Amino acid sequence: MKTKSTVVCAVALLILIFGSGAFASALDAFKGEKGEIRIAGGTAHIPVMKEAADRIMGMSPDIQISIAGGGSGVGIKQAGEGLVDIGNSGRAPSDDEIRLHGLQVFKWAIDGVAIVVNPANPVRALSQDQLIAIFAGRIENWQEVGGGNQRINLYTRDEASGTCEVFWEKALNKGDIAPTANFIVSNGAMKGAISQDPYGIGYVSVGHIDESVAPVAFNGIEPSMQVVKEGKYPIARGLYSNTKGEPAGLVKKFIEYMFTDEGQQIVAEKGFIPVQ
Amino acid sequence: MNRTTEKGVEILFFCSAFISALLTLALFGFMLMLGLPLFAEGRFFSILTQPWAPHLGQFGIHPMIAGTLAISLLSMVFAFPLSLGCAILITVTSKGWVSRLLRKAVEMMTGIPTVIYGFVGIFLLVPLVREFFDAGSGMCVLTASLMLTLLVSPTMILFFCDSFERVPVAYGTAVLAVGGSEMQRFLHVTLPHSWPGILIGFTLSLGRALGDTLIALMIAGNAVQAPGSLLDSARTLTAHIALVFAADFESLEFKAIFACGIVLYLLTTLLVMAVRLLSGRKERWTR
Repeated sequence: MKTKSTVVCAVALLILIFGSGAFASALDAFKGEKGEIRIAGGTAHIPVMKEAADRIMGMSPDIQISIAGGGSGVGIKQAGEGLVDIGNSGRAPSDDEIRLHGLQVFKWAIDGVAIVVNPANPVRALSQDQLIAIFAGRIENWQEVGGGNQRINLYTRDEASGTCEVFWEKALNKGDIAPTANFIVSNGAMKGAISQDPYGIGYVSVGHIDESVAPVAFNGIEPSMQVVKEGKYPIARGLYSNTKGEPAGLVKKFIEYMFTDEGQQIVAEKGFIPVQ
Repeated sequence: MNRTTEKGVEILFFCSAFISALLTLALFGFMLMLGLPLFAEGRFFSILTQPWAPHLGQFGIHPMIAGTLAISLLSMVFAFPLSLGCAILITVTSKGWVSRLLRKAVEMMTGIPTVIYGFVGIFLLVPLVREFFDAGSGMCVLTASLMLTLLVSPTMILFFCDSFERVPVAYGTAVLAVGGSEMQRFLHVTLPHSWPGILIGFTLSLGRALGDTLIALMIAGNAVQAPGSLLDSARTLTAHIALVFAADFESLEFKAIFACGIVLYLLTTLLVMAVRLLSGRKERWTR
């Protein structure tokens, strides 16, 4: 009985492997390829990059893809200096950066930045004015915005974060962030911090939201996939991959893969908005 | 033949010592050179006094200097008595397997990577501090220094143990022979004689506490304000460098972190020198 189920499993697995290989023409480009791709930068990109890398490395075991975080600033800088092949950023590189490093910029997804609180916190909606006042430190208690009588703990992101930049520009209208705010170094760590702190408020890329944190509506607009996709959610930005000069070889294929139907499907599965 | 070998070895050792000393100086020179634009623009001193607000064009690092001092000095306040007590327990009061077990445990702790302490801090200590004191987010000076205490203590304990054990046995036996107790022997003979070792242990740990990046980065909260209380979130110079390092190379933010490097270097040197100076005096007293 046991051997039978093993056989069934094995057959199913084979069908899955060869079947998907036969249908997923997008991955065929990597067949028989070998080499290494080094990726670093924006932390919002990581779930998509990981999935794409897993699929590609599953297709051709001779390809090694390494993915590191660091933030958008790191991505642009390391790509520009040739330390990595692809530098991800959650903001478009500045004209200076593009000129200085000769960057090629590829935007393969759109991402919303959602305000999040701990699920134990009853607050589920904030207006822009309330948000600005909270982050500037003028509102210090959850009671003032409809929550319990608890202090507000602010969490923001480091200077190199693309998520921080879009949040500061579009949600806070470039308003002050109180010096008491805690600084967190990645989207993942932000989710961890908010899920740990019942009085915290922070922001993460919409793709990172799960049941450990509760999204907060901004000016009455829920930060859901659907809403971001329709372009109605105001705190949104592109997700970019940057290469130094025109990409070639394996790197070119990787970037092309991001724009195929399958690549864009991964983008959607991970909670971002495809560009095509 | 033997003599020439000896001479050769001597020269070799001198060269390596000279090069290490030179490297330390070169490092300082390198930082000064890269920080030169700041001095030239006369911004260096405004950097020491202003707050940090890049979007307002202020790149001051004094909150970070305060954060560094608060966290590292507080951790030494916790760690020094703790380590001294542990070392006494291991070498003097407990005997046999208890002492061996403790020593092995401490030796093992020296090998634990900083990031592990950081993780433990986030998931255990931060919620504990937040709920216990009911103020702030739990990411604060106190939490970071407690965790830092755990990081620097093992090295200090081992240093203390070694220096206690290096005191000649005959000295101690003499005390016992005239009817002194174990504790008297320790307080009047072992402790004064192991003072230099204690001092080295203290200085090394202080240096480590000042230079540690990860623990402060992970659990001190990194807020850009000078901490007003132990429960305030704070940012150390090292964490600041790590956080700003990713900024645009050409930006003033990035240039300002060389000032951080210089200040950190000077701070460490000054504190170590102060400890040495105080100890020099102490040594003369005991002799």
